[in-house]
Amino acid sequence: MSKLDAKIPEGSLEDKWSNFKNKARLVNPANRKKMTVIVVGTGLAGASCAAALAEQGYQIKSFCFQDTPRRAHSVAAQGGVNAAKNYKNDGDSVYRMFYDTIKGGDFRSREANVYRLAECSAALIDQAVAQGVPFAREYGGYLNNRSFGGVQVSRTFYARGQTGQQLLLGAYQALMRQENLGKVKTYSRHEMLDLVLIDGKAKGIISRDLVTGEIERHAADAVVLATGGYGKIYYLSTLAMGCNASAIWRAHKKGALMAGVSWIQFHPTCLPQSGENQSKLTLMSESLRNDGRIWVPLLPDEKRAAAAIPEAERDYYLERRYPAFGNLSPRDISSRAAKERIDAGFGVGPMKNAVYLDFSKALAEQGKEKIKEKYGNLFAMYEKINGIDAYNEPMLISPAAHFTMGGLWIDYEMMTSIPGLFALGEANFSDHGANRLGANSLLQACVDGYFIAPYTIPNYLAGELNTGKPDTSHPAFADAENAVKAQLAFFMQCKGSLSVDYFHKTLGKLLYDKCGLSRNKTGLEEAIKEIQQLRELFKKELRITGDAGLNSELEKAGRVADYLELGELMCEDALQRAESCGAHFREEFQTAEGEALRDDQDYAYVSVWEWTGKDQPHLLHKEPLVFENVSLSVRSYK
Amino acid sequence: MVRLKGSTQAYKLWMALTGLFLCVFLVIHVLGNLQLFLPAEQAREQFNWYSRLLSGNILIMLISYVLYFSILAHVFYAIVLTLKKKKANGAAYAYDRRANVSPWYSRNMGLLGTIILLFLIIHLKDFWYQYKFGELPLDSQGQKDLYQIVITTYRQFWYVLVYELGLLALGFHLLHGFFSAARTLGLYHPKYVRIMKVFGWGYTVLIIAGFMAMPVYIYLMT
Amino acid sequence: MKLNLKIWRQEHSEAKGSLVNYQLDGVTTHMSFLEMLDMLNETLIQKGERVIEFDHDCREGICGQCGLMINGRAHGPLKHTTTCQLHMRSFKDGDTVYIEPFRANAFRVLKDLKIDRSSFDRIIKAGGYISASTGQAPEANSIPIGHEQAEAAFDAAACIGCGACVATCKNSSAALFTAAKAVHLAILPQGQIESAGRVLAMVDKMDEEGFGHCSNTEACEVECPQGISVLHIAELNFRYHKSRLLKK
Repeated sequence: MSKLDAKIPEGSLEDKWSNFKNKARLVNPANRKKMTVIVVGTGLAGASCAAALAEQGYQIKSFCFQDTPRRAHSVAAQGGVNAAKNYKNDGDSVYRMFYDTIKGGDFRSREANVYRLAECSAALIDQAVAQGVPFAREYGGYLNNRSFGGVQVSRTFYARGQTGQQLLLGAYQALMRQENLGKVKTYSRHEMLDLVLIDGKAKGIISRDLVTGEIERHAADAVVLATGGYGKIYYLSTLAMGCNASAIWRAHKKGALMAGVSWIQFHPTCLPQSGENQSKLTLMSESLRNDGRIWVPLLPDEKRAAAAIPEAERDYYLERRYPAFGNLSPRDISSRAAKERIDAGFGVGPMKNAVYLDFSKALAEQGKEKIKEKYGNLFAMYEKINGIDAYNEPMLISPAAHFTMGGLWIDYEMMTSIPGLFALGEANFSDHGANRLGANSLLQACVDGYFIAPYTIPNYLAGELNTGKPDTSHPAFADAENAVKAQLAFFMQCKGSLSVDYFHKTLGKLLYDKCGLSRNKTGLEEAIKEIQQLRELFKKELRITGDAGLNSELEKAGRVADYLELGELMCEDALQRAESCGAHFREEFQTAEGEALRDDQDYAYVSVWEWTGKDQPHLLHKEPLVFENVSLSVRSYK
Repeated sequence: MVRLKGSTQAYKLWMALTGLFLCVFLVIHVLGNLQLFLPAEQAREQFNWYSRLLSGNILIMLISYVLYFSILAHVFYAIVLTLKKKKANGAAYAYDRRANVSPWYSRNMGLLGTIILLFLIIHLKDFWYQYKFGELPLDSQGQKDLYQIVITTYRQFWYVLVYELGLLALGFHLLHGFFSAARTLGLYHPKYVRIMKVFGWGYTVLIIAGFMAMPVYIYLMT
Repeated sequence: MKLNLKIWRQEHSEAKGSLVNYQLDGVTTHMSFLEMLDMLNETLIQKGERVIEFDHDCREGICGQCGLMINGRAHGPLKHTTTCQLHMRSFKDGDTVYIEPFRANAFRVLKDLKIDRSSFDRIIKAGGYISASTGQAPEANSIPIGHEQAEAAFDAAACIGCGACVATCKNSSAALFTAAKAVHLAILPQGQIESAGRVLAMVDKMDEEGFGHCSNTEACEVECPQGISVLHIAELNFRYHKSRLLKK
């Protein structure tokens, strides 16, 4: 079990991070420029970490598969970023933010990590403002806040509905500045295809130039994975088309442990699937639920248009089930309630897969102008995508896969179980437990990259000064490169009849049905078998056209191959956890009213999985969660 | 390819400054020419006197050199920028409907400019060259009778037509050029941008209406 | 509906490309334009042909990676809309649709419809940032910024870097892109300090990368998915001339 030493520093909760920083080892400035760090991913976590380390003097190689670092999917986050600034004087504090986050995560995260997240949040706002992020301001010139995600204080900073974009551009610009100073070299349109270990330590990666198809070796003193989440495994999700698990999965296969794999958040207000060719479920800001009422018809097989259904024949199920929070119930609860109605046959829309989000009451009470002022851009977006004017008829919405709380297991220092391999942002599992609070993902990515990794990575590097410069001529690089080339060659010579997308869509549907918003033992066991079969089919029937140069099908093949393995682990993880917690809802474990039933006695741990070999069962490790500062309570929104 | 010292911004600046100077010149030009609308005999005397005044004054002469320079520089930088643009564009679109989203004249300043240049050559040959180097009759005051030349010229229908077309081209060139120059110089405040836009329209319409009326008036009246 | 597609195919940067005809049946109105291309690619795979390469990622109009010239218009027939947000209801049965990559000398075609826009990165690299290293930042509220000023900065900062402004510009100018960043930073007090040098560096870099000049046709504002105002270009010009004049 030595693999699972979380290395939580000594001291009281408030002092842990300071204690770590006080004792962390440093690298002499003259030595820093001799050390190279590879950072994979240029989202908020990756770009900020790369820039911050470069500012300290390290040489950075920064990789992204997009055509420029600025396109990483952090760009799409809409709502905002939380910070315990207490600018509203409404009782916020680091402790309260810590508590909200750990409770929101349904008590399945580490106290020390979550506390540090809240502790560093204030500095992030300072940093972003200094970079020129145009956060919303009040007329007096001070920063504005809004309330978000079912908490009782206003601690969310925002830049219209494009907060993620603005924060990312700040980090991207910091990265470009370091590139201009010669400290960073960016490798755009490059995909990491394997991790290279030398003497058990992460010492480099194998990457593929997505334009030329060339396989490259890159050596470094440490490797950082900030490659985001794997929600795209469901194919239909709010994620970008390119989002993938390949970097973390390949690291996993080299020995890095994965944790909380099945904890995946479904966002309740997304646009439903409207056809077989759909590739994306667009997210509509959660703020719509402030004025929109969610309902489905009371009668199954309702044929009438929404407006023709009288009030008495509508089921405002959120208001009915959760009178206290109603339409503003937390994400996991709202998503699950929608799925429950849809599965029961009350879904609306052409594919019977949506619920109504109705503004008629708000429009009648507040007038069209007021609604337009608040949500005009969202209504316009809705019309752009669906061609429907939501001022006249209710929107159709449905839940969609959105955020993966799970990821690579890391210790307090953000290091995975492989020495020298760090995981930041959504790629790691650490801070959100079993459910993430709104506006905490941008925060976590930034805090990891700007304020934590720049202390913990040097702490590791200080011990690497005398181990010799990593060299790409080491046999480990040759082995990894050969393995990568063999896999690519395999894809190219596959002469089946099915496209990569076919497998991705099939896997996605399977996971959505059986390891999505709600899970049960039978379904999960079936899913595991079906995924194994699908994986076999993939090997036989895959068809890749084109050549080994620039080829998007070839890129996708590698990603889907990894998803086909990860999907199985997701089901294993969900199956193993015989309780309901946060986003993980096991149908067998619910209260009489249909609410999640947590089992703190047996499951107050993080499930951590070890890869034991191809087609071998994963090995489960358990990291017990010790709560010294909070008492475990039941989340109730009734 | 042409490689010149200085940035595109500098070329644009020259285009704007020379263009605006030419705009100012047009005001003087149109005001002076308004004398053509006077009763025939009075017009002849006054117009010829005015023409002599312009050609004899040292200050006016200096300004006229600036004017020649402006025209040449405007044309020169237009050519430089066009070459740069050609290079910047690279391969052409096989199917191009980009013109749908901006006024046609703003996209065809080079073409309009070329028409204006041709027109200018005709115009200078007709009057400026005649006045400076040609043999002109004298009026009753003993001044070179440019007025007579003007009248004779505008009595020909096709000549009037050429003038009207040339002036139309100038009009559209001004419509975009005036406001574009203001932008290039850096006028960005929305309020003043609006004022400038209205002013630019007014300026263009007045100037062009004034010029266009002259050949027609003379053709019809004399 | 059934479409006649004329799509630009090009093997690599140096290869000669051409429009290739494809017929696609079964397209429905609620499909997005990119999903229509997905569908076409699926049929190509079935036939054993190489798929059409095109750039895309978030498919919700914010990452800026997609960008096609559709029927001669950057991002297609709608104003202020990215290619990924364009839906097939903007077309009708039997339509002929021309699809080409964004073209400019500074945007190299990589393959088919994929282009290299790294020239934009280099413009930002030349100075499109505030030199604030991690840890240096003062308390956020110690720099008050008026509501209007913050909103104006946001208006400029909203640029997604898609390159439609360049593609639609008759001169292939990157003025709107460059102006958006330079002005965003210049109107904030934090960014004022480096403003003069930044504007010069970015504009000169834009020239060096081979973009053309701005002739104020304002087409870029129409095609810009974020509707970024052309007045930012005027402000860029103002700041550029001022910085040039005052440069020691």
